[in-house]
Amino acid sequence: MFVAVMALGVLAGASGLLLGFAAVRFRVEGDPIVEKIDAILPQTQCGQCGFAGCRPYAEAIAAGEADINQCPPGGEGGIVALAELLGRDPKPLNPENGAEKPKMVAVIDEQNCIGCTLCIQACPVDAILGAAKHMHTIIAKECTGCELCLAPCPVDCIQMVPIAQTISTWKWTYPTAAMRTQSPAEASVT
Amino acid sequence: MSGLFSFHGGLKTVRHKAESNQEAIRTSVLPRRLTVPLRQHIGAIAKPLVQAGDRVLKGQMIGQPDGYISAAIHAPTSGVVTAVDQRPVPHPSGLPDWCVTIDSDGEERWIEREPVDYRRLHPSELRNLLRNAGVVGLGGAAFPSAVKLNLSGHCEHLETLILNGAECEPWITCDDRLMRERAAEIVAGLHVMAHLLEPREVLIGVEDDKPEAIAAMTAACAGTGYAVRAVPTRYPSGSVKQLVRLLTGKETPVDGLPIDVGVQCFNVATAYTVHRAVEYGEPVISRIVTLTGHVNQPRNLEALLGTPFAELVAQCGGYRDGVERLIMGGPMMGFALHSDEVPVTKATNCILAAGVAELAPEQPVMPCIRCGACVEVCPADLLPQQLYWHARAKEFDKAQDYHLFSCIECGCCSYVCPSHIPLVQYYRYAKNEIWAQEKEKQKAELARQRHQARQERLEREKQEREAKLRQKAPPRTEPVAEQPSIETAVARTKAAPAPAPAPAPAPTLVTAVEIDQQTD
Repeated sequence: MFVAVMALGVLAGASGLLLGFAAVRFRVEGDPIVEKIDAILPQTQCGQCGFAGCRPYAEAIAAGEADINQCPPGGEGGIVALAELLGRDPKPLNPENGAEKPKMVAVIDEQNCIGCTLCIQACPVDAILGAAKHMHTIIAKECTGCELCLAPCPVDCIQMVPIAQTISTWKWTYPTAAMRTQSPAEASVT
Repeated sequence: MSGLFSFHGGLKTVRHKAESNQEAIRTSVLPRRLTVPLRQHIGAIAKPLVQAGDRVLKGQMIGQPDGYISAAIHAPTSGVVTAVDQRPVPHPSGLPDWCVTIDSDGEERWIEREPVDYRRLHPSELRNLLRNAGVVGLGGAAFPSAVKLNLSGHCEHLETLILNGAECEPWITCDDRLMRERAAEIVAGLHVMAHLLEPREVLIGVEDDKPEAIAAMTAACAGTGYAVRAVPTRYPSGSVKQLVRLLTGKETPVDGLPIDVGVQCFNVATAYTVHRAVEYGEPVISRIVTLTGHVNQPRNLEALLGTPFAELVAQCGGYRDGVERLIMGGPMMGFALHSDEVPVTKATNCILAAGVAELAPEQPVMPCIRCGACVEVCPADLLPQQLYWHARAKEFDKAQDYHLFSCIECGCCSYVCPSHIPLVQYYRYAKNEIWAQEKEKQKAELARQRHQARQERLEREKQEREAKLRQKAPPRTEPVAEQPSIETAVARTKAAPAPAPAPAPAPTLVTAVEIDQQTD
């Protein structure tokens, strides 16, 4: 009897120590699902989802406070990826948040820029270069096309232009040859 | 002695070699205007070194390699640069790319050419020389050769160096003619490559439908220890991994290169340009191009890079009636051109004016019947129908699970498909989409980092501002002390009778007294 109690007691103690150690040693920092959601989001930081950036939106999705169809730049592909990650059904993009648009880049009309720095303060990714009372310009490579710089500009000198296709960005398109049913006689093998 | 192995699949295709391989290589007429693309190779586009109005000499570098995987571009003749701008180039998209346009002066004045003794050069110097001579793989892929001539980081010791003279695509005969006519120079170039790579053995693979080329190469290799191997005529024996398998029996790993199994492979024409660069100091400014199909006199022309296709066609007696499509490369792996006003590049091995007979007739696409014919012919040992299903459904990760990127786009599967499904188009589409998504992801990651950096900066600035305010303000307005006093003040104003316009100064007075008491 005593031996049995001792044995169980020692076993329980050892397991407790082990679990305690594991809880400290293998502690998961933060919520990994937020990271995974954040990795799917397009990182435009445009705020069209109603949150102050991609990460807050990811946190809201993880907490169940936001739906997965609020990100227009991520588009259908993004929604499908989120649905797959979270084991939900994909749904169409919420039109309240905007529509999926082709990729754009902001361009400052440098002739009309008055150097007010308002767009610099609005840019979520620091892609605008300039100083007070000096002309500003956009680093096209860093621009996410979020359009947040358009509204603050007092002289409306910023425009969104579609990204031009070049040889290095060109892609083979989806084969469009229409599949059509035919009588077997016509479809003879050559 | 043959010791040949075999690869899975492949096809016996129509050959159509005799049309263009009967006549010796001719030098093409110097065109009045050359358009030299700055991107003629895999890797980064060359940086232009000239601008409109500059005079250039034949062989002068006009584009500098930009980065490790890049190649130099040279002026193919002497003349005046008239423009550095975007012009149509041979590309399936038909989009323009950066080109240097040179009006030739007809004098063909060379730069100072310096032949070197490669045995005395340090390997890295020799590689640099080849890099600056713009030597790239002339089999069609145009990968910078200097990169492939460097073993460091891959393997310590090269087992086999293979020279690829298989030329398995139908219609193309430029390597065939080159081997017949300039075998000694090819072997001289091979010496340079062997000097750099120090392989245990050197093999030259030529398809057995080119007996003259095999004879010429065997004669040129006499006494060198290099072995010429006739490989069976079976498309795509000229594809790198398949040729490596044929000659050495080694299987190149998935996602790997032949160098991972101790084999390196170059095209015969590349060896020829290596020889010209080393022994004559001549950079790559021309290449041999097969003009065939519906042209009046099909033949091989040694054309300056930048020569418009139309001028080469004119030198072959012009088009015959019934040209349906102009193809660069062969009918299996080549692509249709949008115009014949595009220039010859280092990748232009063949210009095929295809008529109805040469093109596979446009058949209606039928559903896949899972017959497995594509599996039987796939030389990369893939399951083309599985790839097709997944590419069609845009399930790119599943397509990758079936090793989409091992596909060499040889076109065997599309060729045999009884349902005429454009299989290769699906694979190209899927590959491009995956690359594009990868790029998007990298861009998103950059944006994420920049956004995070900005957030941190804003936070830091805010704290710094607060700290400064704290420093500037007198010690008694310390926020810690201030907090309760404000609260009490608010509480008092609230407690005070509502219609009192005057109480505002009173509480402040009180708080001031309170603070005095506290600090005391």
